[in-house]
Amino acid sequence: MTIQTLEIESQTHSAGSDAKPLGAKMEVQNMSVFYGKFRALTDINMNIYANKITAIIGPSGCGKSTLLRSFNRMNDLTPSARVEGSILLDGRDITANREDVVDVRRRIGMVFQRPNPFPKNIYENVAYGPRLYGIRRKNDLDLIVEKSLKQAALWEEVKDKLHQSGLSLSGGQQQRLCIARALAVEPEVILMDEPASALDPISTLRIEELMHDIVKEYTILIVTHNMQQAARVSDFTAMMMIDEHRSGRMIEFGETKSIFTNPKDKRTEDYVTGRFG
Amino acid sequence: MTATTATSTRFQQLIAEQQASLTPRRKIVNAVMLSLTGLMTLLALIPLFWIVGYVIYKGGQQLNLDFFTQLPRPLGMDGGGVLHAIQGTVVITLLAAVFATPPGVLAAFYAARFPNTPLGVALRFSTDVLSGVPSIVIGLFAYALIVKPMGHYSGLAGGIAMAILMLPTIIRTTEEMLKLVPHALREGSLALGAPEWKTSIIVLFPAALNGVITGFLLAIARAAGETAPLLFTALGNERYDIGTIVRNGVAQNQSFLQILERIVDQPVDSLPLTLWKYAQQPYPERVEQSWAVALVLMIFVLLINVLARLWVEARKRRLQG
Amino acid sequence: MWVVENGIEMTKQISIPPERHWFSRLQRITRHGDSPWQAIIIVMAVLVMVLMLAIGWMLWRESADARAAFGWGFLTPSLDTSWDPVNDKFEAWPFIYGTLLTALTAIVLAIPISLGVAIFMSELCPDWLRMPLNWLVELLAAIPSVVYGLWGIFVFLPLVVTPVGGALFETLGKVPMLNVLFTGPIPPSGASRLGAAFILTIMIIPTITAVTRDVLLSIPSSQREAALALGATQWETIWQVLLPYGLSGILGAVILGLGRALGETMAVTMVIGNSIEGSPSLLRPGYTMASVIANEFAEAVTKLHTQALIEIGLVLFFMTLLLNMVARLLVWRVARRTPQEARA
Repeated sequence: MTIQTLEIESQTHSAGSDAKPLGAKMEVQNMSVFYGKFRALTDINMNIYANKITAIIGPSGCGKSTLLRSFNRMNDLTPSARVEGSILLDGRDITANREDVVDVRRRIGMVFQRPNPFPKNIYENVAYGPRLYGIRRKNDLDLIVEKSLKQAALWEEVKDKLHQSGLSLSGGQQQRLCIARALAVEPEVILMDEPASALDPISTLRIEELMHDIVKEYTILIVTHNMQQAARVSDFTAMMMIDEHRSGRMIEFGETKSIFTNPKDKRTEDYVTGRFG
Repeated sequence: MTATTATSTRFQQLIAEQQASLTPRRKIVNAVMLSLTGLMTLLALIPLFWIVGYVIYKGGQQLNLDFFTQLPRPLGMDGGGVLHAIQGTVVITLLAAVFATPPGVLAAFYAARFPNTPLGVALRFSTDVLSGVPSIVIGLFAYALIVKPMGHYSGLAGGIAMAILMLPTIIRTTEEMLKLVPHALREGSLALGAPEWKTSIIVLFPAALNGVITGFLLAIARAAGETAPLLFTALGNERYDIGTIVRNGVAQNQSFLQILERIVDQPVDSLPLTLWKYAQQPYPERVEQSWAVALVLMIFVLLINVLARLWVEARKRRLQG
Repeated sequence: MWVVENGIEMTKQISIPPERHWFSRLQRITRHGDSPWQAIIIVMAVLVMVLMLAIGWMLWRESADARAAFGWGFLTPSLDTSWDPVNDKFEAWPFIYGTLLTALTAIVLAIPISLGVAIFMSELCPDWLRMPLNWLVELLAAIPSVVYGLWGIFVFLPLVVTPVGGALFETLGKVPMLNVLFTGPIPPSGASRLGAAFILTIMIIPTITAVTRDVLLSIPSSQREAALALGATQWETIWQVLLPYGLSGILGAVILGLGRALGETMAVTMVIGNSIEGSPSLLRPGYTMASVIANEFAEAVTKLHTQALIEIGLVLFFMTLLLNMVARLLVWRVARRTPQEARA
């Protein structure tokens, strides 16, 4: 695996129960995002630790999704968007324009709020990414598709109907298909934008379980407005809030346990106890 | 850091290897194809500027007051105008509007009110299909329907052919405008106890009016430029002059209806029809005049189009808040 | 139900002063005026549909003698056909051939251009440019057919078609198999099937572009994001995801364009040269179904001549009817599929 970068040790946050040192897979440094003149995010600082699940929570409209979309430069799609500060992936600034967007997006995969499979069959949905990167051999593709679908806990359900349309699946299955599609290019980090918000409780649970399974090999960053979900699945939590200029700020970041049991910020406390938002 | 299966490492290596060689090519393909689409856009617009520019250049030289106020001179003589064709175009277009607007608007009411009934679906479908029927076929239909039973060509037959041509445009624009009326508004009216037809007329009519006007304008723009349906309905008539008809009629004490009949019940000319005839004649002065006709026609059509678009945009903005 | 309604009636009558009785009665009549109102709009809606049938039926009836006289031989391909008003012998194959050849050539040329324009308009161009571009494409569609024809005769044919046709004759005209289509020489005036095909290309670009653009715009942006997030370039996203997604709609757009090309009359009549010669070449003058009707109908003398022309119109009607139905169904399918998927 390439997630071997341990050069940056976390100083402020302990590693939790196991004594292994934490590696910061990604670092956000004084990042602000502008839409034209509007400053959507102000001075974000946070670390994303390797093989951990980091949750971003906060009331709606506070810029969670904007933050998430800065990690794989999906904000580039908005013509007026501009990023200041830096986001480091293994120590390299990915916001720099010379950095290859295509490469960044291969290394940092994304799963969206609503399942968005292509109107192709299940196999082609998963094989789409690998094909982009030049993997043509049927054998290789078969292996990748099987491995990805297994990782996304979908293989058993679809192995006999790989040539059916991805759209014939249920909502929860579609979302796992999208996760498999993202996993197929073997990204190092996976961004999830409220991946379960459009799903029923059982499907939600399955997605959470599979996040637990795959985090051994990947680093996961998830946006959620569901506090219980953040508490259940994440190792670290970032709390965001809107400031008086309607710009998103990160008001607290730390281990999930401490954020939920012993928040330092009054607003975080209000939010996680349900008194706000 | 973590245990990974042998296969996954292999594919990561594979991807990494391929990426080095593939990425430049993918980027080049991307850049080339995206700029090609821009190039295609330019290519598609060249004829527009070429035609508009050339017609203005050639037609502008011919345009003068006589052109609008005089009847054609005998062949071989300079000067003269296309008054007959301007009058004919107005007569045919007005007739078409009179025939097409009421059924078109009412059908649009139906399409907007019951979009999902079988009849509603069938109506929209046949409207779409009708708009694809070649105009020359509609000309044949009008010939069989009017000209043949009546035994002679007439502006009336031309107007009916044009009306059929205008119908889909009127239905579609009116329907679109009606759909823009907020649902709450009509429900509010119905909830107050107003009957359906009253709601339709009082609440929907202002919106419908906008639709009628835009549909009307667009339909006129299309009809004014159409030639094929007139070839064997209105036929053409270089002596057509409404002024003379009215003066003679008044002198002979004819009733209003009799005069009206003489206006519509004889062959008339129209601008595109004149253009088509002049362009194929071996007389240079006629060909030169055809450019002027083209200019008038084009200005008229483009102007109406622009007006209608502006109107639609303004309305949409207002209705959608 | 009945009781309740009756109750409402009664309270109403009580609340209205006696001298306003006539008004309430009028109101009750107009309230039930709903049925006449609905009847009117239903009749109008039906009328529009009946119109389609009426067109078909009328042309069918008016071509009865020609159909009886010439049978299917009127339409079938053959090498020596005759169109002879003097001896009342008519066969329509040259016109059908000319129509198909020019329309198909135009479609082949128009597809890449229209797709390019539609992609540029929906995916690439900055917001401020989209509106003006929309307008320009619509204006291209609004220019009257006769103006295209006039410009075609005096500008486009000599300046573009003649040189291009000459070049094609020099090159493709020497390739075996293909040379059937490119035997020349092209007339110096440029009046040829090639000229007609070029003009048709220009004229159907707005149709195909507008529908394709709408199809592309109706594709949920989540599809674009899905591909881009996997690391696809913008072109890969368009080519591998968006175009397949909208394929049936785009196909509909193309068929719609084909329908336009088949029925286009004036511009084609003005540039195609109107000649019944045997050559199947693109570079030679020819006739289309629409142009032969436009040229000969008003001057047709014999009854059979008129009827033969109407029968050509009937065939044209059926051809475009079929194409338009298929096209609309395809376009509707995309439009209907989209919300379902967006809901997911």
